[in-house]
Amino acid sequence: MMESKQIRFVINGHPHTLKVSPWRTLLEMIREDLQLTGTKEGCGQGECGSCTVIMGGKTVNSCLVLAMEADGQEITTIEGLADGEVLHPIQESFVEHAGMQCGFCTPGMIMSAKALLDKNPSPSEKEIREGISGNFCRCTGYTKIIESISAAADVMKGGK
Amino acid sequence: MEDYSVIGKRIPRVDGRVKVTGEARFAADYSFPGMLWCKMARSPYAHAKILNIDTSRAEKLPGVKAVVTGKDFHGWKWGWMPKTRDEGPLADDRVRYLAEAVAAVAAVDEETAEEATELIKVDYEELPGVFDPEEAMKEGAPLVYDHVKNNVSWEFHMDFGDVEKAFRESDLVREDRFETGRVITGYLEPPAAVAMWDASGITIWAAKQSPYFVYRHLAACFNLPLNKVRVIQPFIGGGFGGTKNDSLAGDFCACLFSRMTGKPVKFMYNMEEVLKTCRRRHNMIIYNKMGMKKDGAITGMQSRVIADGGGHTAIGPLTMYLTGCMSTLPYKLPNFKHDAYRIFTNNPISAAMRGHGVTHTRFAAEIQMEMMAEELGIDPVAIRLKNAIEAPHETINKVTVHSCGLSEGIKTLAEDPAWKDREKKKGSAPVAHGVGLSGTAYLGGARQRGHQSCGAVVRLCEDGSVDYLTGATDCGQGSDTVLVQVVAEEMGIGVEDVDIKRVDTAMTPCDAGSYGSRVTVLAGEAAQKAARDVRDQLAEFAAEQWGAKPGDIVFRDRQVFVKGSPEKTMPFHKLAQAACYSGSGAVILGRGYSKYGIEVLDFDKGIGNSGTSYSFTSQLSEVDVDLETGFVKATDFVIAHDCGRPLNPINVEAQNQGAAIQALGQTLYEQFKMSEGKTLNPNLVDYKMPLSLDTPDIRVIDILTDDPDGPYGAKEASEGAIVSTPPSVVSAIHDATGIWFKEQPVTPEKIVMALKKKKEKKG
Repeated sequence: MMESKQIRFVINGHPHTLKVSPWRTLLEMIREDLQLTGTKEGCGQGECGSCTVIMGGKTVNSCLVLAMEADGQEITTIEGLADGEVLHPIQESFVEHAGMQCGFCTPGMIMSAKALLDKNPSPSEKEIREGISGNFCRCTGYTKIIESISAAADVMKGGK
Repeated sequence: MEDYSVIGKRIPRVDGRVKVTGEARFAADYSFPGMLWCKMARSPYAHAKILNIDTSRAEKLPGVKAVVTGKDFHGWKWGWMPKTRDEGPLADDRVRYLAEAVAAVAAVDEETAEEATELIKVDYEELPGVFDPEEAMKEGAPLVYDHVKNNVSWEFHMDFGDVEKAFRESDLVREDRFETGRVITGYLEPPAAVAMWDASGITIWAAKQSPYFVYRHLAACFNLPLNKVRVIQPFIGGGFGGTKNDSLAGDFCACLFSRMTGKPVKFMYNMEEVLKTCRRRHNMIIYNKMGMKKDGAITGMQSRVIADGGGHTAIGPLTMYLTGCMSTLPYKLPNFKHDAYRIFTNNPISAAMRGHGVTHTRFAAEIQMEMMAEELGIDPVAIRLKNAIEAPHETINKVTVHSCGLSEGIKTLAEDPAWKDREKKKGSAPVAHGVGLSGTAYLGGARQRGHQSCGAVVRLCEDGSVDYLTGATDCGQGSDTVLVQVVAEEMGIGVEDVDIKRVDTAMTPCDAGSYGSRVTVLAGEAAQKAARDVRDQLAEFAAEQWGAKPGDIVFRDRQVFVKGSPEKTMPFHKLAQAACYSGSGAVILGRGYSKYGIEVLDFDKGIGNSGTSYSFTSQLSEVDVDLETGFVKATDFVIAHDCGRPLNPINVEAQNQGAAIQALGQTLYEQFKMSEGKTLNPNLVDYKMPLSLDTPDIRVIDILTDDPDGPYGAKEASEGAIVSTPPSVVSAIHDATGIWFKEQPVTPEKIVMALKKKKEKKG
């Protein structure tokens, strides 16, 4: 039987050392051990995207990643986007353009948007649709999410 | 229109910030020290007698704290009506659908609880099942309930005018069979709750869109007075009717476990449990017959509806009611006969879902009307304008409409380039382009059986800030924002000055719930009146100070002044402070309740208003159909929606867009594949909900009609487009292929097969 192991990682800019069991998922570690409940569990099977976080610069479904894989990694969750009281431009844009309704898919959706804009600061509408195609939203029909991401891209480039 | 300062503005959601930062806590985000986990043991049979349950091995597993079975609830059952109480927290003597819960475990963690459920030994005697509603109605079919003849769970009949005479006098009569699919609401947040039972009674943080349902169910189940049941509302990750409007095995078991162990107990269903066991939309077969004159005037309609109800009744009687009582809108219908049957089968339970009941029969009637228009050579716009009702209108079953933007909506769409230029965009093989139209109605401010009024309390704080208490639930639709706007508008303050207290049944006034598009209309009216009550008390105080008449005191932009004497003015917060300090124990509290929802209707005959008001939605849908693969891509939707007056236009757009895409899913992709009661696709890969790449561009046009029975003229805005989308998409597919599809979902397979058949016929 595999034993628990101590891992080190940086989450939302803060270094952590944690002992995790081999079967613990990254999602469980984030939600239960670190009490960062902004990341949601929807399907638990890597299909809905509600648990999306950024690890090593890429989005992952944290329900499908083992916590041990976080060893030595840098992770960003929804709690790590705002700078104190100041919202990240993507968050600001989701609020202004009604990019969320129930809000359950929102943390994962915003993480996918962030990873997209980090790589591609000027995405076309089609590229935005592709960038969030791993995230279900049942409330909005996606239109206002796409508008929110597009407007955030403009703000982040310095325009308005 | 009056010059409002907050109403009618594109105000960002009041819950926006906590939702984008991850601070918003949903039910599964709550945990407490010493908390136990609850898991269900579920039946491997769709229909079986429970002979014996042996829980001893599960109880012995280290970490298990308690195990319960159906017997622990002493035969208690619940249901939507007193005579339909047929569902227990756990099945006690018989299971009626696959994976129905039969026992539950509470353990120190989720894994242990799960493991223990597998150690529960249940002896079953398998019974013959019945899975097709039309088979289940036949003599000799297996019975889901021994005392229910022909498995008829509920029937509902309407008969107005003389349909036979109408058909005899028609120039054209058509009969068709339509079918709507087996779909689920599709919220992403699985049902969850944390329950605590201590000396003060039950406290439960539960994911409910209508928390006062579970409040009453728990009190009844455990024989507690209502003041010993406290339901506290977390944020809700989508509802859409059905499951989150009802109670679940998990709710009852978590409470009972907490009483047994003295610990807080949590449960969370997984997505497989959601897709296999939670309430779905009724799958309906509709035999529709319509008569028409040569000029397109509809003479009469007869519908026979057969719905697969699954193993229990749930809210099914209301579903059946809505399939008929709303059929007399939005077109003039002088003769109408309706026979609806809800049939028990050994499939999962069917219940309410957004567009409740109406989306089925309107789909059938709308498509059939257009098929007949085609036969008579009448254009889709003309047939609708010919039959559209105009306000004021009373239907043959005494539904009264005071505002109606249907004709204006259809005319607006007919002028849209998407419609006018449709012949130019036909496309070239293999991809054909099609455009379809629809014109539909939905009820708002549901006025159904039982008490439907809403209450509100507004409490003024001495610094001028305001607490607003409502029993209404925002499960994502944006009602918290609209209701705060209402309070702010009436008091002449900003939305930032008003704090909405989410539902806590120990403090908020009782409310029927979030369904039937009732919140803005009914809770909105209550909020308006409660805020006016506070404003009137303040006006009286101010008038006394200034020697003016209370009616001359104006509240606007956080200032209070006397009409005609602008020098007599003070900031709102100063007046609030002075008024709160004005006497011993001055308490400024406003109360309000809605009066719109209290008229009684005849539920047996289908007479009267099921809504306070009625919205009208017209829609243009454009699709590309690949004639080789049958693949349909919806490219553009234009929705002309009459919600009376949008109180928050960005929110109204968002509701229309979301409803349209949910409807697109059920029209084209979504369908549970069933085999002998087993759901073959209980995951989000094989059950296909729309993703961002599947959805069209959506434009929403507000048709303003200012209904007299709604706050500031408002009607519903969240369900109309789930009714208007399926017929307009199917009409667009017809435009592209020349084929009418009468069964949802219209999958690529069906399209390819139909095109092949058409080609063979020609050849």
